[in-house]
Amino acid sequence: MSALAIDVTGLVKRFGDKIAVDGVDIHMPKGEVWGFLGPNGSGKTTTIRMICGLLRASAGEGTCLGYDIAREADQIKMSTGYMTQKFSFWNDLTIRENLEFVARLYRMTPLRQRVDETLETLGLTDRQHQQAGALSGGWKQRLALAAVTMHAPKLLLLDEPTSGVDPQARRDFWDEIHRLSTNGITVLVSTHYMDEAERCDHIVYLANGKLLTEGRVADIIQESGLVTFRVEGDSVRRFAGALQQLDGVDHVSYFGNALLVSGTQREIIEHAVEAATDASVRWQEVRPSLDDAFIALMARAGGDRRVHA
Amino acid sequence: MTMGSDTFARISAIFLKELVQMRRDRLTFAMMFAIPVLQLVLFGYAINTDPKGLPTAVHVEEQTPIVRTLLQALETSQYYDLVMQTDDPRKSAALLARGEVAFVVSIPAGFTEQLIRGERPQLLIEADASDPAAASNAIARADAILTSALRHDLTGALKSLNPGPNPFELITHAKYNPEGITQYNIVPGLLGVILTMTLVMITAMAMTREAERGTLENLLAMPVQPLEVMIGKITPYVTVGAVQTLVILVAARYLFAVPFIGAIWPLLLGVVIFVLANLALGFTFSTIASSQMQAMQLTFFFFLPSLLLSGFMFPFRGMPHWAQWIGEVLPLTHFLRIVRGVMLKGSTLVDLHVDFLAMTAFALAAVIVAMLQYRQTLD
Repeated sequence: MSALAIDVTGLVKRFGDKIAVDGVDIHMPKGEVWGFLGPNGSGKTTTIRMICGLLRASAGEGTCLGYDIAREADQIKMSTGYMTQKFSFWNDLTIRENLEFVARLYRMTPLRQRVDETLETLGLTDRQHQQAGALSGGWKQRLALAAVTMHAPKLLLLDEPTSGVDPQARRDFWDEIHRLSTNGITVLVSTHYMDEAERCDHIVYLANGKLLTEGRVADIIQESGLVTFRVEGDSVRRFAGALQQLDGVDHVSYFGNALLVSGTQREIIEHAVEAATDASVRWQEVRPSLDDAFIALMARAGGDRRVHA
Repeated sequence: MTMGSDTFARISAIFLKELVQMRRDRLTFAMMFAIPVLQLVLFGYAINTDPKGLPTAVHVEEQTPIVRTLLQALETSQYYDLVMQTDDPRKSAALLARGEVAFVVSIPAGFTEQLIRGERPQLLIEADASDPAAASNAIARADAILTSALRHDLTGALKSLNPGPNPFELITHAKYNPEGITQYNIVPGLLGVILTMTLVMITAMAMTREAERGTLENLLAMPVQPLEVMIGKITPYVTVGAVQTLVILVAARYLFAVPFIGAIWPLLLGVVIFVLANLALGFTFSTIASSQMQAMQLTFFFFLPSLLLSGFMFPFRGMPHWAQWIGEVLPLTHFLRIVRGVMLKGSTLVDLHVDFLAMTAFALAAVIVAMLQYRQTLD
């Protein structure tokens, strides 16, 4: 059996004239936690759906957990857990009823005990008789995670699981992901949060349906060739406009009371910063952010030049 | 662990989920049982295809015993309710135009004298025939009512005026419903109409609701087969159909005293097949429609011809052939024949086998289309 949890090559998905995914390769080893990044509409959800058998690929082929994605969707569904971007459990069922439904579909026995355990593990016991529709975003997300993990899947596909939940819930969620990962579950998680991306073993970045880059966080930053200087000082913000105008400076962003000035050529930026500021500022080189690295990579690829907040 | 028990487990998972959701949706749940009762009361008591007591204005230009006899005969027939007298033809015409009366009976001056002289005077009944069904029976019977009334009066010296006996004796037999009680026909028919409306609509909503609420994606991501989803979703509504049937049959017996001549088993078998046919059709609709609104429209697209062309509203044999052909396709047409046949005529399974087969064929076709339509992916 393959050591790869996901092994797909040249995946394409067309909806009419529109190409949502345009030749994506993913070769993901078992047991890792991978981050799936990219702007809205870059094809992340479509790719995940093709991997778990919810959409038929227009072209390309591959396997998920060793099962063919075109022909063995049923087997894939048995051993993956897919958490949709939008909450997709039943709002008019209670937490417990939702879990019981899932447990019955997967024929888990003894039913009551398995549901009780899942409720306990995810801290849902006290709320088990609340209807899902009445839960806040964080609790809904917890319910969804409980429901997609209770049949002990080998692979978890999580589509923006933490959008719209508070920082505490996000942190708890990631603790849970790492706990599952320690137990050998492979996790592919799409996200817009760079701090979450940095928690992943490996990152895949999609843009306009194509794979822009992939690798470890540090590798991607290095690949971007980006250099970032942190400029600090009294009312340093007044220099932002001038800095942004200079050749060689790709991006200036506010970081609290400091400015982060990024570009690809070290000397040019150094001179630029010196020229555009005065003696009252201090500056030092810092590690570029993943955000800036992606934006630089996108710009270089001639793609979307929008600056994402 | 066999495939069979897996399937059963998944069907019961869907079934239990539907049951909870059905119970929780209080309004819909209440409607499923309120609809039959409401429609029974409405149609059962309100619809009458042999309307009587129709408001009638009388324009009489002379008062004689014979005229009084004629008017009294109309009144006694119960078809005509003589609500007012006018002395102006224009006024009576206006009453008719405004719909305040359904008939105007005019008896001209000199009517009695002409009658006695054997000059066959004219008696005019003007009817508001904008709804032909409303007036036709009353008009059809007017002649007989009036003639027989005169027979009693034209005695003694006037006996010669008495119309002679008809050259033949006409015997009519209104079979199965001799008194022509509308309810005997309407109430069994309502069983089919109510089942069609509630069951098709509810199941048509079943899958579209999942799609609209985003839960379909979740359902598709789990290892459950289309047929399992369909059976699991339909089964709770079979129960609903059974309860509705019970309500209507009890009402038919105790509220409307509809006779039940045949055996109960052919009727129940008919109900089962008919319910399945409707549920399968509803499920098919829900795989075609992409929103609950569309599902609703499809339901009415089907419901209206069922109502109009099945023989529920209008006599089936009175329709043009092409309309009868459409009617023959509809399960309601066959179900009505079965229900009316069993209840009013005592028909047996053998008598009705064509209708049973036709309904079964429809049910099977609906299941097959539903299975072909059901998408296992989000494509």
